[in-house]
Amino acid sequence: MSDQFVLETRNLVKEFKGFVAVDDVNLKIQKGHIHALIGPNGAGKTTVFNLLTKFLIPTRGQILFNGEDITSMKSAGIARKGVVRSFQISAVFPHMTALENIRVALQGFEGSSFSFWKSGASLNRLNERCMELLDSVGLTEYANTTTVELAYGRKRALELATTLAMEPKLLLLDEPTQGMGAEDVDRVVELVRKAADGRTVLMVEHNLSVVSKLCDRITVLAQGSVLTEGDYETVSADPRVREVYMGTGSSGERGAVEEGAAK
Amino acid sequence: MNQPQNTADIHKVIVEQQAAQDRKKLILNGVLLLFLLAAPFVFYPVFLMKILCFALFAVAFNLLFGFTGLLSFGHAAFLASGGYTTGYLLSNFSGLPTELGILAGTLAATILGLGFALLSIRRQGIYFAMVTLALAQLVFFFFVQSEFTGGEDGMHGIPRGQLFGLINLEDNMNMYYFVLAVFIACYVLVQRIVSSPYGQVLKAIKQNEPRAVSLGYNVDRYKVLAFVISAALAGVAGSMKSVVFQLASLNDAHWHMSGEVILMTLVGGMGTLLGPVVGATFVVNIEYHLSQGPLRDWVDPILGGVFVITVLAFRSGIVGEIQKFVRKNMG
Repeated sequence: MSDQFVLETRNLVKEFKGFVAVDDVNLKIQKGHIHALIGPNGAGKTTVFNLLTKFLIPTRGQILFNGEDITSMKSAGIARKGVVRSFQISAVFPHMTALENIRVALQGFEGSSFSFWKSGASLNRLNERCMELLDSVGLTEYANTTTVELAYGRKRALELATTLAMEPKLLLLDEPTQGMGAEDVDRVVELVRKAADGRTVLMVEHNLSVVSKLCDRITVLAQGSVLTEGDYETVSADPRVREVYMGTGSSGERGAVEEGAAK
Repeated sequence: MNQPQNTADIHKVIVEQQAAQDRKKLILNGVLLLFLLAAPFVFYPVFLMKILCFALFAVAFNLLFGFTGLLSFGHAAFLASGGYTTGYLLSNFSGLPTELGILAGTLAATILGLGFALLSIRRQGIYFAMVTLALAQLVFFFFVQSEFTGGEDGMHGIPRGQLFGLINLEDNMNMYYFVLAVFIACYVLVQRIVSSPYGQVLKAIKQNEPRAVSLGYNVDRYKVLAFVISAALAGVAGSMKSVVFQLASLNDAHWHMSGEVILMTLVGGMGTLLGPVVGATFVVNIEYHLSQGPLRDWVDPILGGVFVITVLAFRSGIVGEIQKFVRKNMG
């Protein structure tokens, strides 16, 4: 069974000084799926996400990656195993060029990262692969632009390209369309779809129309525990899901549910 | 100018720009080298050596502060441990070649740096600075109490000795060219480190540490290496300083010194290669010239004022501001 699921959590719990942020969460992410984690504000999505990527340590429970227990591994270690995350706020290296951003990700693989005596030009042989990745997200002409000067949507595209440079087996995306205008959202949806080819993706997402377009399976979190799970039709028809969004969610999310449901 | 559209062309442009920049750097370095080679015929060599020692100290500090983003407030410990070790060995083992004494001083600072790094590297920001300060104070008290350092009096009459058993370093000109050679070697090393694959990772860690972690980098190890290299080079500076002045004193271990190197780096321009050199030159000159004149009691307040003005108005420091200006006005 375990080879069917790339990532599994067993009875995952995270407490902060008596407050239970994540309560007994069992997730199973199937290989090749785009899996969404949704829920109203404060449902614990980001906490779950940080637990999975080891930016937080779980109070109890287990996390399995391809059947292997990774609960006690560190962030950098699981990244090298192929579990790579993106961040809510676009995570780029602002004062490096777009090309250098991607090259730093590639460097980790070829084992020269501690070579302080080698020349900078020794990195140029990675440039070809960098340009391919920039091409794939439509940033070719910005290769030599300092990242801080890129528009927001392009930064996100660059971040995704950097993440893909790691050749992740499991891609964890934290609200990839957060704070974007409509045309940027469509672009990111396309990028994620492309990136998901041959990979497994778990994403936290507020925008339900994005979820409805992309995701094979959806887990709804509310108050730290799993409310329900299923495909978009099942989840959006569930009266409990509508209730948590209507009852406690912000108006933006409520609008998104209805917009998504209308489609 | 036509913007290239094709991937290969864009890449070619990038590589050419890189090469052009390297050429510019080489020319600038060449001019500086010529100046430094000729300088002792115009200026007093001991004064120039003082500047070079402090410049090297600041360059070492800047590798950690400017290029890794770690503010150490304990770098005096490495300057002093280099100086005392070298001074002790050269004073007590006559005939020991000077270069071995300096090497030993460097080694002592390196080991001490590794200890500091392992104890402090997991702390962030101000906590990191405070841990390094506390450790440096421990080292300071050790030097105060120890007999071999001469305590408050310092260590006097350190023999300069001979280089490779051949060149008499008592001669100021010989000494100057030796110090210059060591300085250049260390400066070129730092330049190389900053542009190396490792330097790229340091840059990434400085700009966005969580992202570097998520790309699989075990950032603590990279920081430790940067700290150790920085401490080692600070040790070289301290060792050479004790040979030049034939003196190792508590001043070098005092937290004032840790503060002064921050000042030099900020005034010159942190995160630039030449900045700390310019900053050290500036600060050493101000200290020297003011202490000769009627303002001799005002050296510290004046330096404090310079510090405040730099932080408020010229964040990038002298070299940083010049770079900005050149970039803006010359494309």
